[in-house]
Amino acid sequence: MAFVSYEFLAFLAVFVLVYYVLPGRFRWMVLLAGSLLFYLASGIRYIVFLLITCVSIFGLTLWMERIHLAGKEEMKNQGMKGEEKKAFRAKLKKRQKHVLQLGLFVNLGILAVVKYTNFAIWNVNQWLHFFGGEGEFGFVSWALPLGISYYTLQALGYLLDVYHGKYEAEKNPFRLLLFLSFFPQVVQGPVSRFDKLKETLFEEHAWFGQRICRGMERMLWGFFKKLVVADRVAPVVMAVGQNPEELGGIYVLAGMLAYTLQLYGDFTGGIDIAIGCGELFGVELPENFDRPFSAESLAEYWRRWHMSLMQWFREYVFYPLAGSKSVSRIRKLGERFFGKKAASRLPMYIASLITWFFTGIWHGASWNFVIWGMVNGVILLASQEAAPLYRRFHKAYAFSNTPVYHRFMTLRTLMMVSAVQMFEYYASPLTAIRMFGDLAFVWDIGRLFDGSAALLGITLADFAVLFLSVPLFCLVGAIQAKEDIRLWVERKSGLVRFLVWFGLFLAVLILGVYGQGYDKQNFIYNQF
Amino acid sequence: MKQKIRTIGLALTVIVVLVGLQRLLQPKYMGQVIEGAFIGEYYKETTPHDLLILGDCEVYENISPVALWEEFGITSYIRGSANQLPAQSYYLLEDTLRYETPRAVLFHVAAMKMEGQDREAYNRMTMEGMKWSSSKWNAICETKMEEEYMLEYIFPLLRYHSRWQELEADDFTYYWKRDIVSHNGYYMRCDVKPAEGFPAARRQASYHFPDSSWEYLNRMEALCREKGIDLILMKSPSQYPAWPEEYEAQIEEYAKEHNLLYINCLEKQEEIGLDFSKDTYNGGLHLNLYGAEKLARYLGGRLQEEIGLPDHRREEELQRVWEQKCGFYYEQQEKQEEELRTCGFLKQFQ
Repeated sequence: MAFVSYEFLAFLAVFVLVYYVLPGRFRWMVLLAGSLLFYLASGIRYIVFLLITCVSIFGLTLWMERIHLAGKEEMKNQGMKGEEKKAFRAKLKKRQKHVLQLGLFVNLGILAVVKYTNFAIWNVNQWLHFFGGEGEFGFVSWALPLGISYYTLQALGYLLDVYHGKYEAEKNPFRLLLFLSFFPQVVQGPVSRFDKLKETLFEEHAWFGQRICRGMERMLWGFFKKLVVADRVAPVVMAVGQNPEELGGIYVLAGMLAYTLQLYGDFTGGIDIAIGCGELFGVELPENFDRPFSAESLAEYWRRWHMSLMQWFREYVFYPLAGSKSVSRIRKLGERFFGKKAASRLPMYIASLITWFFTGIWHGASWNFVIWGMVNGVILLASQEAAPLYRRFHKAYAFSNTPVYHRFMTLRTLMMVSAVQMFEYYASPLTAIRMFGDLAFVWDIGRLFDGSAALLGITLADFAVLFLSVPLFCLVGAIQAKEDIRLWVERKSGLVRFLVWFGLFLAVLILGVYGQGYDKQNFIYNQF
Repeated sequence: MKQKIRTIGLALTVIVVLVGLQRLLQPKYMGQVIEGAFIGEYYKETTPHDLLILGDCEVYENISPVALWEEFGITSYIRGSANQLPAQSYYLLEDTLRYETPRAVLFHVAAMKMEGQDREAYNRMTMEGMKWSSSKWNAICETKMEEEYMLEYIFPLLRYHSRWQELEADDFTYYWKRDIVSHNGYYMRCDVKPAEGFPAARRQASYHFPDSSWEYLNRMEALCREKGIDLILMKSPSQYPAWPEEYEAQIEEYAKEHNLLYINCLEKQEEIGLDFSKDTYNGGLHLNLYGAEKLARYLGGRLQEEIGLPDHRREEELQRVWEQKCGFYYEQQEKQEEELRTCGFLKQFQ
């Protein structure tokens, strides 16, 4: 059930109604029922994967906790002290670690099998061909269970947090199931932490009109981004991406920027809808974006884009890797070759590149995404190395503190992000590299006017809508920089509030790309 | 109090804007495509009809109600549209019975072969014009295609929202009031495109009419029997080879079994006097005005003879109403013929 469907809106309306009609103590159960129904709508058999994750994580976290509590009891009963206590604790931690490893193995194993089997087969086939082998392995035709990439991350985050003793394990498996399957976030995030989400997820929320309105406002803005902008620019993205031979030169730039706009509208719009849905039930989902295109560097961009995911990778991949014994050993080895100072950076380099590798492959099972991730990682490390140079430059030249220079930095970051995204945009990394060449050397602006623009698949009116949407995003971003735009609108007069929200509603209703579209030719009777 | 007035004011504004936009964006069917207006025009009728004609394009393009009136004094109305399914014909009959009870219903059997709709636009043109009733609701529920939503019939704005890019002068000209474009459901075409023959019909895997078609024909028959209406089955003349013997046999048997009059005009083309080098506007598939008048004359004679439909030409009220209809009919005919003389084609339909 897609967010942008009549079915979803009807489903949501029914569940909001049932949620507030039932007594408070049943409300989280309504959310669970809704989430399971939503999940079942994507295919009955896929729920098995979700249940395996839930049951395994629930059982293993309780097991880890039992080891911890039983050990504590034993230490108390036997009056252990000093070295004995330390050794016993280490033994307990080791046992807990085995349980953790089992949890990681089961859940990462499921994700790896269902998401990456075809990628593995493709690579094996390439190697077979390379070595002159004939024939190849056939691909499997498994559909990916809904939200598996997201709920697996949430489940592993929860498992690791319980292992590290950040909070207690949940004793009710159904509550854990709700945390993993909460329907507004299961499709595309944000990736929530259990301790944060549970504060509002299981709370007995009373009906609060203003909160409901705010939820609807947030959803409306999400629908605008998704239906009016992302889905409108989609034909351009598809046309340029799928016809690199015909649409080269200046169209590479058009496709690149169109893809950035589509991704922004689609993803941030989807998250707005998810957060708005959460607000309808009084559940606060974490923010996932903080005006990403106001970033002046790639590092800042990644602190503002898909924040919950980046935080997850930072917390559960980067930091543990950077501080791991293996990386430490490599650092020590590096000291012999590069000296102590240079080698001290090695853990960060290694952890960073591995984290970006996983970030890339998490986004998609293809080399496009792996390369996209690695290029991001390399640029970030290079920027970090060049930071002293930047600082010197900024000190030496006064203009680097002017608004114009800051706008230039923002634009530069936007172009950099868009350019790197070409690796995921074009069908293969090689095509992307070839199109970089086109972008750099074959502009040929005249092609915009030779009729080939018709291949982009949008009308002048569509282009006008897109053209007007960008300044609107900038305006909203500028207000958001100072305060929540909804609070800003709330302070305006009733008439202005009405005009803003009704205008946005009309924009979605009329300009939104949904339904079957209208083609006059279809109405001409021609059943000859 | 002030707050209440403001809220009511805003709610009214929302409703007015949405209704206004919906009216603007819905197709008006006043230009090249006029068939979508036919079903709705029925509700503007002020006098009853003795004959209700139901079916697909082969009724609304092939029978002239004006000729039926002028020659036999039969009052008739065609409730037909493109690819109209038997289920839709049944619900249109049900809908019509809310307003009047005709003496006879003529159902065109060509659509019996259709299992479901193949183009959403045809469903729209058939059902959008119906007034809201349980008949319309059921018609939509039972014939809508997979990608269609009831919600989009209730709020057509959801269906036609993207027409903002294709608004034409007609959308503003006919914003408040639309013209009558049919002649009691008849689609007038005076142009001629002689028949040049069609390729032979392809063999089909099965020649059995789908269960849904039989179901609705049975329901039509039962409803007519209950209301004392004569149900007549008819197959229109055409050069297009779409009526194999197997179809014919099934309908013949059904008519015999239920004691219904079945008129297969395919076999009576000579008797009707059809000349497919002059009486068709699209190469022998459908009839033009001259062919439709010939077919009406043939059908009228048989219906009066075999069903006993009365001649109303001496009734003053009907005479007045039909005089107006005939005036409009001849005015349109003259307009089309004049255009054909000067341009060689009908601009409206190009």
